[in-house]
Amino acid sequence: MRVGIIGVGMTTFRPSTPEYNWKELMFEAASRAYADAGVNPREDIGSFVTCAEDYYEGFGIFDEFVPDQLGAALRPTCTVTGDGLQGLANAFMQIQTGLVDTAVVEAHSKVSDVLTLEGVIEHGLDPIWNKPLGFHPYVVAGLEANTYLRTTHTSEKALSAVVVKNRRNGLRNPIAAYGADVDLEHTEDSEPRFEPLRALDISHPADGAVVLVLASEAAARRLHANPVWIRGVGWSSDSPSLETRDWSGATYARLAAAMAYRLAKIRRPSTEVDLAEVDDRFSYKELQHLEAIGLAKPGDAGRRILRGEYAPEGRLPVNVSGGSLGCGNVFEATGLHRAAEIALQLRGDAGTRQIDGVKAGVAQAWRFVPTATGAVAVLGVGR
Amino acid sequence: MRKVGVIGAGMTLFRRRLQETGKEMCFEAAKMALDSAGLTRADVDMVVDGTAPDAFDGVHMKGEYLLDGCGGYRKPYTRVFTGGGTGVFSTIAGWWHVASGLADVVLVVNEEKMSSCQPHPQSVFGHIWDPILDRPLRPNLVWIFAMEMNRYMHVHGVKKEDIARVAVKNKRNAVGHPCAQLADPNITVDDVLNSEVMAWPVQRLDISPPSDGASAVVLASDDFIRKRRIRDRAWISGVGWCIDSTMWTDRDLFFPEYVARAAKMAYKMAKITEPRRQIDFAEPYDPFDYKELHHLEGLLLAKKGEAPVLTREGVTERDGKLPVCPSGGLMGVGNPIAATMGMKIGELFWQLTGQAGKRQIPHEVRTGVSQAWGDLMQYGCVVVMRS
Repeated sequence: MRVGIIGVGMTTFRPSTPEYNWKELMFEAASRAYADAGVNPREDIGSFVTCAEDYYEGFGIFDEFVPDQLGAALRPTCTVTGDGLQGLANAFMQIQTGLVDTAVVEAHSKVSDVLTLEGVIEHGLDPIWNKPLGFHPYVVAGLEANTYLRTTHTSEKALSAVVVKNRRNGLRNPIAAYGADVDLEHTEDSEPRFEPLRALDISHPADGAVVLVLASEAAARRLHANPVWIRGVGWSSDSPSLETRDWSGATYARLAAAMAYRLAKIRRPSTEVDLAEVDDRFSYKELQHLEAIGLAKPGDAGRRILRGEYAPEGRLPVNVSGGSLGCGNVFEATGLHRAAEIALQLRGDAGTRQIDGVKAGVAQAWRFVPTATGAVAVLGVGR
Repeated sequence: MRKVGVIGAGMTLFRRRLQETGKEMCFEAAKMALDSAGLTRADVDMVVDGTAPDAFDGVHMKGEYLLDGCGGYRKPYTRVFTGGGTGVFSTIAGWWHVASGLADVVLVVNEEKMSSCQPHPQSVFGHIWDPILDRPLRPNLVWIFAMEMNRYMHVHGVKKEDIARVAVKNKRNAVGHPCAQLADPNITVDDVLNSEVMAWPVQRLDISPPSDGASAVVLASDDFIRKRRIRDRAWISGVGWCIDSTMWTDRDLFFPEYVARAAKMAYKMAKITEPRRQIDFAEPYDPFDYKELHHLEGLLLAKKGEAPVLTREGVTERDGKLPVCPSGGLMGVGNPIAATMGMKIGELFWQLTGQAGKRQIPHEVRTGVSQAWGDLMQYGCVVVMRS
């Protein structure tokens, strides 16, 4: 059974949204998605999935606060504590069982409400082995960036090129919070933070919400929708412990991509994928992830970005949305935002950043420090 | 829709377990479940974790933390979280992993470690309320359940004695459960009625104890079960889940409509039209004794207000016509929130495959239903299983 995305709804991403609470953000994204799909959530939708983590939300049980603003009261609803793409995968499976034929996936960030973000992320470290050491959790990213640069012989200039490309791409995306015309010098001269990462190598937090409406092929026909097909999904986790995980190759992304490509029947991703949205919450992650999901050979992504191949007009446009560096780090909504961007591109609805003639795209996300968990979705149109 | 069966289950002792981390408890339960199914981690395609508030363990992204203990290393691994409902909901999530065709074997592991939360896990429940409308009143869970219990007693004219019978039944049923924390063969209705008042009408022995523990089940597709010639299996024939509005103050608390909707969804899938006749035994969620009655009515196994009568007449005893919580439930075995899967899904599996030992229902049972309840008195999830 084919499952497709028939509705896309997003709020703009902003550093803070003092006039909205999290419910209102979710409501706006949901209203837009339902209008886009032409559905009434109270009648047409079989199941609702939210992606949220208690500590980011500041609640004991965030699932309680989900139903009303999605139109999901007295309906099948649940929380997946994961990235939006993991929520998408669960909604995809629910439809594949045949129990429901439509589902809604929601993910959001209201991180501007968090007064102690560093402390929250720090609580994700192992409470016995790692947290007592008292390091900033982004140290994990710095160490990993260092390993990546060293093992792949990638230059630091390549990291700066990622920042320049994505911040500039953000200028053409009306929802992006951090679009800016930065150049290589700005980045290379920015303050050192977590060696070798500099201030501009790190994405900034943003608020925002994303909602996608999914339907089976039959339900899409019934609702007169023109779907973007979810050709494959995959998700995977490497070891949660810092001491035993693979530090160089983003194994979680490699395994997730292998699963998604298998379902999508993609044998050679580098020739069959037209554009990609990969997690770039630290600049090196974009390059590391491109290699892990088979869109670049190991060690090649750094050279290719310096040749401009990942620019919107390049051979493989990557993060045309602006990515997390350009749009902002929306935490659990990151992957869903990327899937939404690919869906808009494949539909031809991406405005001034539209890439012509794209038929298949990959969205990839990671669950941010300190995890080694990620997910991949392969989307396509036609056939 | 592929057929999915439960082929193994395991659970740890429910106690205050200061010596073990959550990961270790997950490992213990997962290993037991895999051993009972005759499988190893290599046979498992995907892993689902269920665990309730991160704040109990004091770990952000608790699912990620428990990952290796659950056997999720380098596998597709997801945590689902629907408050107290997680105890049954994680099995529903496991079901869709297999029924969708994406996995053949899924390991579902639920964990809760409440003792690390000081001074008492109740302090975490201070953070489950609406920050503007509820929190300034400094409510706690006993407080709102007292309201719900009171409303239920008021609408149907239920006596406290009849509710106390549930606590007595379940604590006696738990005798012989190897994991039980509060089994008591000699408890009487008077003991319950004379226990300390927490928030009227809730008394100490009306409440299940917080606990530490883990439980796990193994789910597999019918193809896999046939190929491996696995004989101890119970089929998942219906699943349903439903959430009500966040605004609990807008609801009449005497009847759990969300449980009824979840039950109808599961019964429709399981082709059950007359639940009272077609279901042989039930494991409803019983964190408080009145909740068992409330949920029996929500599950449409009793008419509104009838559940206390069935209890008084002995219908819900282990040897009655409709055994309810033959495991001993949360009241008798303990309440490590998500890990109560052991008494809900695990017990259904053990009863339906004749492995419940001293707890085995004396007459033949073919269809069982389990249910959990969570969030802010708003979540119901239901699983129907058949032998």
